[in-house]
Amino acid sequence: MSEILDEPRYVCALGGAQSVQAIYRAVPIFHSGPGCAARVSGSSSGTGYLATNTFPCTNIAETEVIFGGEGKLYDIIENSLKVIDGDLFVVLSGCTTEIVGDDLEQVVGDFKDADKPVISVNTPGFKGTNYEGHEWVVDAIINQYLTRLPKGEKIKGLVNIWGPVPSHDPYWIGDLRELENLIREIGLTPNIIFGEHRGIKNLNKVPLAEFNLLVSPWVGLNNVKLLEEKFGTPYLHYPTLPSGAHETSAFLRSVAQFAKIDLAPIEEIIALHEEEYYYHLERNVSVFFENRTASKMFSTVSTASRALSVAKFLVNDFGLMPNKQYITENVPVEHQDRIAGYFKEFRYGVEAETIFTTDGYNIQEQIEKEYYFGPPLIVGSIFEKKIAKKLNGNFLCVSSPFQQKVVLHSSYVGYHGGLKFLEDLFTGVYQTYN
Amino acid sequence: MAIDVESKICGSRESRVGSITAYAGTLSNVKEQLDTHGCVGEQKRCFSQAAGCASGCALAMMSEINDIAIVHHGPSGCASIAAIKPALDLLANAIGRDRSHFAYTCTDMTEADTVFGSTDKLREVVLETYRRYKPQAIFIGASCVSGIIGEDLEGVIDELKEEIDIPVGVIHCEGFKSKIWASGFDATYHAVLKYIVKPPKRKTNKVNIIGFTAGMAWNTREDIIKILDVLDLEPTFLLAASTVEELEHLSEATASITTCSTLSSYLGIGLETAYGVPFIRSLQPHGIIGYEDLFSKLAKLVNKEAELEAYLQEEREIYLPQIEKVKEKLIGKRAMVAMGPNLGANIARVLQEFGVIVEHLTAWHFDSQYDDGTRPQALQYLLDNSPNDINYSVNHLQNFEFMNILIRVKPDIFLSRHPDSAIWSMKIGIPGYCVYDEYNVFGYKGTLRFGKTILDLITNRSFTENLSKHVRLPYTDWWLKQQPHAFLEKA
Repeated sequence: MSEILDEPRYVCALGGAQSVQAIYRAVPIFHSGPGCAARVSGSSSGTGYLATNTFPCTNIAETEVIFGGEGKLYDIIENSLKVIDGDLFVVLSGCTTEIVGDDLEQVVGDFKDADKPVISVNTPGFKGTNYEGHEWVVDAIINQYLTRLPKGEKIKGLVNIWGPVPSHDPYWIGDLRELENLIREIGLTPNIIFGEHRGIKNLNKVPLAEFNLLVSPWVGLNNVKLLEEKFGTPYLHYPTLPSGAHETSAFLRSVAQFAKIDLAPIEEIIALHEEEYYYHLERNVSVFFENRTASKMFSTVSTASRALSVAKFLVNDFGLMPNKQYITENVPVEHQDRIAGYFKEFRYGVEAETIFTTDGYNIQEQIEKEYYFGPPLIVGSIFEKKIAKKLNGNFLCVSSPFQQKVVLHSSYVGYHGGLKFLEDLFTGVYQTYN
Repeated sequence: MAIDVESKICGSRESRVGSITAYAGTLSNVKEQLDTHGCVGEQKRCFSQAAGCASGCALAMMSEINDIAIVHHGPSGCASIAAIKPALDLLANAIGRDRSHFAYTCTDMTEADTVFGSTDKLREVVLETYRRYKPQAIFIGASCVSGIIGEDLEGVIDELKEEIDIPVGVIHCEGFKSKIWASGFDATYHAVLKYIVKPPKRKTNKVNIIGFTAGMAWNTREDIIKILDVLDLEPTFLLAASTVEELEHLSEATASITTCSTLSSYLGIGLETAYGVPFIRSLQPHGIIGYEDLFSKLAKLVNKEAELEAYLQEEREIYLPQIEKVKEKLIGKRAMVAMGPNLGANIARVLQEFGVIVEHLTAWHFDSQYDDGTRPQALQYLLDNSPNDINYSVNHLQNFEFMNILIRVKPDIFLSRHPDSAIWSMKIGIPGYCVYDEYNVFGYKGTLRFGKTILDLITNRSFTENLSKHVRLPYTDWWLKQQPHAFLEKA
C-alpha cells in the first residue's frame, strides 16, 4: 500500500502561507475553506502583525463549490486592498477552489494596476507539502513581483540568505538571525526577507545581491536556480545548517572562499569564536562525559535540514555515533539520494543510514528494534518523546509538532547555537537519574 | 426537527435550526426579531477573514476520546489536528487514564486520489490503523476533498464490517458544508450517538457533563465531584479523556448537564430524544445566578433540594462576602465580550452580576434555537434581564470588525474566548482576558476568581501598555474610519 501518514509532521502546500506571513507586511489571501488557515498555521507562528484570524479568506462554502468562487475572490481581494495595511498581497488557493476550477491568475490579473502588488500561487493541499508550498510561494514572488521591479545595479557584498522555513520550523527565526550575524562577521551584508521589519525593503534588494546563499539540503534549491536564471545571480548551495564550532568554522570558510574574501582575517574571527566556545566546553566537560545516563548513539527524526544539522554537530563536533536518521517531511524523490549522501560524509569515515518516511509508527517500531549500546538519544518532534521514554533514552524536541518548550528567538545555529543545543540536551539528561 | 440518531448525517446548524454568522443590531432588535419571526435574519459579508471549519471542531473533540482512532480522509494539512495528541495524553495522564490505543492517521490524499478516488487506500489505512493500535472504535473523518469528489465513505465502512469487529463510523465534517464550525460538534456527537451509544439496560446515578476539558484547570473536577456527591450523583466528563465503554452507557444516566449549550445541545437533546435522559435546561454554571440555576434544577430532578441548599449555604458564607468586595471596585467598569454565543451570553450576565456595564456583546455565530425548538436559556435571560440594551453583533471571528468596534467602545476590559482573539485588544492598550477554560467562572469560587482577575487586569496594565506602544494594527486608516459593519449587506 502507499504509505500511511501516521503522526503528521508536516502540513499541506497551503502551509506555504506561513512564508508569506513571515515577510513583514506581506498579506496572504486564502482562497480556500474557512478552516484551512488555522490548519496550516505553524507550530510557532502564533500571532504577529498579521495572524491566522486576520488573513483575508474567501471562506469557501457550498455555494462556491457549486457555482465557483471567482466572484467572491474578486470581492475579497478588492476589499483586502482597502482594509489591510500591507505591502504585498499573495493569493493562495486551497484544495476546494482548485477542484472547482477557479482561475486564480485571471482574477488576480484584474488587479495588475492596483496600488499594491497582488500575486497568486496555486497551493492545493493535495499537490504537496508545506515545504514545497514554501518554494512555490518564493517562486511566485520572483516571477510575478521581483521580475517586474525596475532593474538596478548589483550591490557589492550583498548576500541573500535562504534555508530555514518559516514558521513550521520552531527555530526558523533564531536560525535566520544567527546566519545573518555570521555573514556580517565575515564582512558581507546579509539580506533576508523573513522576520521582523525586513519586509518589502529587503525583498526589493533580492535581485541586487552579489550571490544567493542557500543553507538547506533541498528546500529553496529551485528558488536560487530561478534567481540565477532571472537575475544572473550565482548561488552557493551549502546543505548543512551549521551548528557548533566544527561546522560553523567550516561554513564560514566555505562562504568566504565563494565570496573570494581573504581568508586570513576570517581565521582570526574563527579563532576568537573557538576560544570562547571551547572555554565553555572545557568548563562543562564533566557534565557531558561523567554521568550515568547520557546517550552515546543517536537517531534524528526530523526534516532533512534539521536532521543533517543535528547529526553533523553530534558526530563531527561532539563525538557521538549515529544510528538511523529518519527524514520525515516527504522529501521529493529527486532529492533523496543526494540527501542520503550528505549523511555519509562525517569525519573519520563515519556514515549514517537515512530513511525517508512519513510513518511515525514505523519509525518508532524501527527505533525500538535497533540496539543503541546504551540509552538512545532521540532528537525529533514531540511525537518521539514517548519512544525515548519507553527506551529510557534521552530526548530533545527540535521540530514540528513541537509543544515541548517555548522558543522566542533562540537558535541552534552557529557557535552559540551549538552551546545552546548542549544546554537543552543535558537539561533533559539531568532530569533523569544521574 | 427532532434528532434522528440513525440518519446518515446530522446536517449543518444553518439548515437545521437557522443559525447565522453575520448580524449587527442590539439586544432589543434581536428580541423583536425572535418574537416576531422566531429567528434573526442573516446578513452577508463582502469582506472576510479566515474563520474556522467544522472538521477542526469535530475531529479535535473526537480526539478527546481515549481509546478510539481517527482516520482523516484528506490531504495532509487537514490532519494537522493530530498535533493535539500530546496535549490530550497529558490530560489523560493527569487523571490516570491510558491513551495508548488512540491514533490519528491520514490518507494524505494526492492529486491522483482527487481524480480517481481513493477509497481503496482509505480502506487499507483503516485496517492498518486498527492492526497497529487496537482501538475500541474507528472514525473516518471526512474532508472537503472527500466530500467534493463524492467518496462513498459509508460504502467503505460497510465493507470493513466483515473485517473489523469494533464500530467503524463516519464523521461528516466536510469544511465547506457549514459556515458554522459548531456544526462540527454536532457531527461528532451524531457519530457518537449513531455508532457508540447503546440503549440503556438500567438507570445509573451518573450525570453526563458535556463540556470541553473534564474540569482539569484549578482542580474544578474535585469541586464538581463534591457537589454532585451531595446529590448522590457521579459525573461522566465528556468527551475529554472518556472511553468508548463510558460512552456506550450515556443512555443510562440520570441527566445531562453542560457548561456550554452551543457545544452540547445536540448530544444533550439527542440522548433525551432517543433514550429519555433529561437534558437540564438551565443557565450554565457560570457566576452565582448560573451556578444556582443549574444545580437547583438538577437537585429538583433527584429530590435533593434541601441537601443542595445546605451545601450552597456553606459555600456562600465563604465566598459571597469576598465577591461583594470585588464587586464594589468593579461597579461601573465597561466591558466588551466576544465569544461563542452561549458562553458570551453567560459571561455577559456574570459581568452584570459584578455591576460591570456590558457595552457590546459579539457572538462568533448565533443560534436562535436548538434542535428541540427551545431558545438558548442564557440568551433569553439577557433579553429579559439586561439593565441596558447591549449592542449585539454576530461576528464569525472577523477580527477587522471587532477591532473597529473596540476602538470605538474603548472598554476597560475585553473578554474573549478563542485562540488569538483576546490578545488583540492588548495591541491597542485595552486589557484582554481570555476566558479560556469553561470552568473559569464555575460556582462561587470561580466567580470570585473571575472578578478578581478582571480587577487585577484593569489595575496592572503594564504588559498591555508596553506592548501597545510598540505595535500597530494591520488595518488601514480608511477601514478604522468606516462603521464596523460597513461590509455587511442583507443576504
